[in-house]
Amino acid sequence: MNTPLALAEAPGLAACPACAVAPAAIAQGSRHAAGRARIVLSVPAAHCAACIGAVEGAVAALPGVRGARLNLTLRRLYVDAAPDVGAEAIVAALARAGYEGFELDAATLAAVETDAEGRDLLMRLGVAGFAMMNVMLLSVAVWSGAEAATRDLFHWISGAIALPTVAFAGQPFFRSALQALRARRLGMDVPISLALILASAISVYETLHSGRHAYFDAAVMLAFFLLAGRYLDHRTRAIARSAAQELAALEVPRAIRLGPAGDEVVAIEALAPGDLVRVLPGARIPVDGTIETGESEIDRALLTGESMPQPAAPGLAVGAGEMNLTGALVVRVTAAGAATTLRRMADLVALAEAARTRYTSLADRAARAYSPIVHVVALASLGGWLQVTGGDWRVALNVAAAVLIITCPCALGLAVPAVVTAASGRLYRAGLLIKSGTALERLAEVDTVVLDKTGTLTLGAPRPVNLDALPPGALALAAALGAGSAHPLAQALVAAARARGVAPAGVEDLREVPGQGIEGRWQGGRVRLGRAAWVGAETAGGAATATWLGRPDGAPLPFVFEDSLRPGAETLVRELRAQGMRVLLLSGDAEGPVAAMAARLGIAEHAAGVLPHEKVARVAALAAEGRRVLMLGDGLNDTGALAAAHVSISPASGLDAARAASDIVLMGRDLAPVGPAIRTARLSVRRIRENFALSALYNIVAVPVAIVGLASPLLAALAMSLSSVTVTLNALRLR
Amino acid sequence: MEVLAILILVSLILGGVGLGAFFWTLRARQYDDPEGDARRILTEEWDDRPKP
Repeated sequence: MNTPLALAEAPGLAACPACAVAPAAIAQGSRHAAGRARIVLSVPAAHCAACIGAVEGAVAALPGVRGARLNLTLRRLYVDAAPDVGAEAIVAALARAGYEGFELDAATLAAVETDAEGRDLLMRLGVAGFAMMNVMLLSVAVWSGAEAATRDLFHWISGAIALPTVAFAGQPFFRSALQALRARRLGMDVPISLALILASAISVYETLHSGRHAYFDAAVMLAFFLLAGRYLDHRTRAIARSAAQELAALEVPRAIRLGPAGDEVVAIEALAPGDLVRVLPGARIPVDGTIETGESEIDRALLTGESMPQPAAPGLAVGAGEMNLTGALVVRVTAAGAATTLRRMADLVALAEAARTRYTSLADRAARAYSPIVHVVALASLGGWLQVTGGDWRVALNVAAAVLIITCPCALGLAVPAVVTAASGRLYRAGLLIKSGTALERLAEVDTVVLDKTGTLTLGAPRPVNLDALPPGALALAAALGAGSAHPLAQALVAAARARGVAPAGVEDLREVPGQGIEGRWQGGRVRLGRAAWVGAETAGGAATATWLGRPDGAPLPFVFEDSLRPGAETLVRELRAQGMRVLLLSGDAEGPVAAMAARLGIAEHAAGVLPHEKVARVAALAAEGRRVLMLGDGLNDTGALAAAHVSISPASGLDAARAASDIVLMGRDLAPVGPAIRTARLSVRRIRENFALSALYNIVAVPVAIVGLASPLLAALAMSLSSVTVTLNALRLR
Repeated sequence: MEVLAILILVSLILGGVGLGAFFWTLRARQYDDPEGDARRILTEEWDDRPKP
């Protein structure tokens, strides 16, 4: 049994020096609280030096807590505590200190916690930076006129520093260039690798023959600037990934299983089909299954877009992600964990995502135009100089290498990452999380916007609208009854009463009848709040969502509800129309509420009762017309369409699957930042193009000099650093 | 120009020490929380040794 284990471990240690260092770095880190942490919490309100002391002090004072450390960059609290300390106690302690804390699933976070790739890039960057500084010092002496033996000595020392550096720091480029060549493509990394190798080789040859020009400094500098671009790019994506992962980790996957020894709380992975799971009112159904016992109402808004809760009774099939509202249910598991309803959607998403990967980024397009030109120019100057000098390979190769080094896309490698980093930072502060590297470019191209209704344009929280038309006292009575239920309509009435300063009436013997409503005794008579039929009301039909109040005296009274609009929804639609976009509303909800919403927001095109695959088809049809679609959605029914759209945004309150399928996650409740985000995206694409133009300009000036054979290492170093700095400064204008 | 041999050696060693220090900071995870570390020096609570 030992052999496979040993085999599996060996390559990891031997593959590269960095691989050997990375695990060591992880082991080192475990000395800190972060490594030992058993409980991880998100503390979004922490922002200052005083917060660190307050948060850590409050938690450390709890009995059983051995250590607490707040990471202010990630706004996460790592707590090392005895096994008997629960997350609830820590959340309570934080609340006493005035901070909101949310437990995160440590297992979900573990995957991104150790950012080995980022540390690897940073180390290569550090090595390249160290080598660059030293080689530059030596080069300054050569440029300022060192002669003969001194120059040769300096070249030798430069080579001794530069060669191992290029071999180590250049690995990411060599690896991806090899991959590109295997796929018979010319990426940006092929000319980069060629320039690195050729510059090193020609410099070694020149040094051996005590030549005047050695390009060791250029090779190392190239590696340094390009690694800087690579690292920026990686960091932007790592921050977004880690934040997205945190959203997923907020939903700690647990279920209550009915075991032989009573109820037990288990992780969802531990469930098997056939198990019985108890779902309490107000909880999300953790699995796919059928209802075994119990009656309730379930809210399917995230999955189907229906805004009205559905009655649930034994025998009904329920899916993971649905919300149980009024009564406790026992569900027999048919599928759990990764095998739930989400899997049915997975095919749809995978199909749509394959279409999206065909998008070629601006950087790829630039590389596609640039690589062949560079290679042709370098080859032509090699041939030309061979012709002119009558076969002097040394001169010809020197010129060709100089051309490759001077044209090398230092600025091109920084052009996109610098802009994307600056723009992502700006959008992050506005509450948008850019998950995909090319999302900004795609967002800039959008000309059509498809909106989902429930949960996206609305908050999924109903609001009573006819309170003023009802007799006085009705709200007090309804609020008193509503306090006994987790049903969203009941809770909305309670909140409305509190907002108006209406004290609940003295209702006794509150009893919730699952699937029907709440019943109580008031001044000797029976009062009910719930479904029309149960209360004894005659419904006139109609689309409006309503609940009824049955009183001992008088006819039942209806409370009519409207889904409350997400803040910023009106601003967003107005702004989109001002930008000349075509706006569509596609919803799985009934015609009535959808048409009302479309009219209210001034959206010309809307469709109701749209099934998930129809949404995908509509989005695909729009794409086939040549339109670039931005999809905004939050539910499982939007997942396919989110993945099929040119670019997609989902609110943080959306379902995990929807967030995973979309490129951008909206962190706050407000929709308004989406409009300015599109403008920022357009601005950043303009900056990227400017950057390309800038680096092209440098090439147009420098390349003829190199072809004529007048290039020197000094000129190469100047061109490289000047263009890199200009490009970065241009990108920083976005902040 | 014999001094060159010494100076070059010294500069390389000094640079190497810097590189070594950089590796150490990397391995000690000092880049995990740049914002927090920047603020921590402003707190009024101090102790005799660094927190674990």
